Amino acid sequence: MCGIAGLIHRGKSSKVGHELQGMLQALKHRGEDSTGYALYGDTDGKNFIMRFKVGENVGEGSTSVAEDVSVYDERKKIVDSYLNEMGAKIIKEERILPYSLRYEIEYNKKDLLEFSQKIESIPGVEILSMGKSLEVIKDLGNAKMVCDRYNLDKLVGTHAIGHARMATESGVDIKSAHPFWGYPFSDVSVVHNGQLTNYWNNRRALENKGMRFMSECDSELIAVYLAEKMRDGASLEEGMKESLTGLDGVFTYFVATKDSLGMAKDTMAAKPLVLYESDDLVAMGSEEIAIRSILPQEIDTYDPFDGEVKVWQI
Amino acid sequence: MANIKSVSKKTKAQAMGMHTEVLTGRTQQKFFNPDEAENFYYFGTHDVDFNKRTDLDVKDMTAAEANKEIDNLMGQGYGTIVIKNPQGKHSLGVGILNKLNLIFEGSLGYFGMGSCDGPIVRINGRVGWSCAENLMAGKVVIEKNAGSCFGAAIRGGDLICKGSVGARTGIDMKGGTIIIGGDAGAFTGFMMQRGRIIILGDVGINLGDSMYDGTIFVGGEIGSYGSDAVDAELTKNDQDWLKRKLKVAEIGENFDVSKMKKIVAGKKLWNYDNLEPTEKKGAI
Repeated sequence: MCGIAGLIHRGKSSKVGHELQGMLQALKHRGEDSTGYALYGDTDGKNFIMRFKVGENVGEGSTSVAEDVSVYDERKKIVDSYLNEMGAKIIKEERILPYSLRYEIEYNKKDLLEFSQKIESIPGVEILSMGKSLEVIKDLGNAKMVCDRYNLDKLVGTHAIGHARMATESGVDIKSAHPFWGYPFSDVSVVHNGQLTNYWNNRRALENKGMRFMSECDSELIAVYLAEKMRDGASLEEGMKESLTGLDGVFTYFVATKDSLGMAKDTMAAKPLVLYESDDLVAMGSEEIAIRSILPQEIDTYDPFDGEVKVWQI
Repeated sequence: MANIKSVSKKTKAQAMGMHTEVLTGRTQQKFFNPDEAENFYYFGTHDVDFNKRTDLDVKDMTAAEANKEIDNLMGQGYGTIVIKNPQGKHSLGVGILNKLNLIFEGSLGYFGMGSCDGPIVRINGRVGWSCAENLMAGKVVIEKNAGSCFGAAIRGGDLICKGSVGARTGIDMKGGTIIIGGDAGAFTGFMMQRGRIIILGDVGINLGDSMYDGTIFVGGEIGSYGSDAVDAELTKNDQDWLKRKLKVAEIGENFDVSKMKKIVAGKKLWNYDNLEPTEKKGAI
């Protein structure tokens, strides 16, 4: 059934990694095949942060095929050489796990499409996120396990969205885990709870328009769908409103950009969402206990109605 | 077996062994007599004194532990129990078959007060999905908002939300009354089979979709009607009933009920009146 959570601080920063971990851990009964975070950290905004993987987690429960770690090293070397070719300079490099890396990159071209296509032309390599604030971290296990594995507890930022996944329509692996990056747009991420029934029709149409899919997870469609709308000039909110009719099925999803956080709920209102909104904080999740993990005091919350779209700025 | 042709309807069933079998667990087989309604009680329930009051802090308890403790307190005769720090926990207060004053100082998660029969409950907070599902009798009042599937499949009692509620309110309801002070979402009264829903605010799309029976009163705007839902004349009796009900519910007492819309099922189902759940709950 999956659980989603998100929060945005308005006018200040906070330990969003720690806060989102608490919210997602409260939802772990909704699925702990994998957990993902899209964190919008405080940065100077000069360089890109690229989170990418050169292989899959093949631990317990994974549906991925085990590979020799030396393959990861080979892929990393090719990534480094491609970056050099494209004029991207690696400022800082972190290899958190054998298959998961974080690069801080100086790259001055605005179009990330060519950049991303080049990097992802290496078999087994996937960019999880690319942005000047966004960092997508996703892996197998529940929220606390992933948070501990990637040291997310101390990350300070303005907003974040996350996902606790019970795999239903695709494998237990990182590529099918949420959040999905809104490829190739800098700093756009999406999490989703529900099922999309016109996935293949939409996917074929979008692929014909040059959009890229990395998994067979229906939720990825939302990120690609919105990216295509924005590519054609629509604002985020306009794209989200169009998605209410363009996407068929049941869904509640969150989308975040560098300075905003939005939610959309399908016209059947079949998937849950509880929302808390104040002047300085918006917090939302599939269940109220997610919000309670950061706001234990008595607060006013509500369920958005069917077909509702909301967007908040930091 | 006795000659079943020669016996009355009631004893015919007994002669066939339908009412002589030995039942186990908490199941109780008993013919219901309305004259003895006050004496009717379930196995495992308790005699409580409403003037005997206590607090229960459930902050560090699981839902199962909290519910067990409520039962334990009822066993000690407490008739008024105040629950502190519910903090959005799921499934609190479920399966209470007693008369009881239960007060929650805070919000509940999903399935709060499910499958209850008799308690008077006040929730000083919000409730999540499927609050009071399958309520048989009693009264549940929510001071703030409620999630979707509010009052799903209730058979009796009064369920009151002073704020707004989500989608599918009163889905599959078979009796009782649901009163909403604010707005209600899509598919309100979906497949309702009996009972009444009162909404003082607006309501979303597909109101009363596939309803068999029952009545919905709406004070505000209607997004759209579902299939089988049609307008009906708001009679003087309806208005008197609405006024009484809103007054007792402490909600919208000054609301102009004469402008409310009345929605009923446009189709007719034959042989549907054989059982009135609220009157025959003892036989269920």
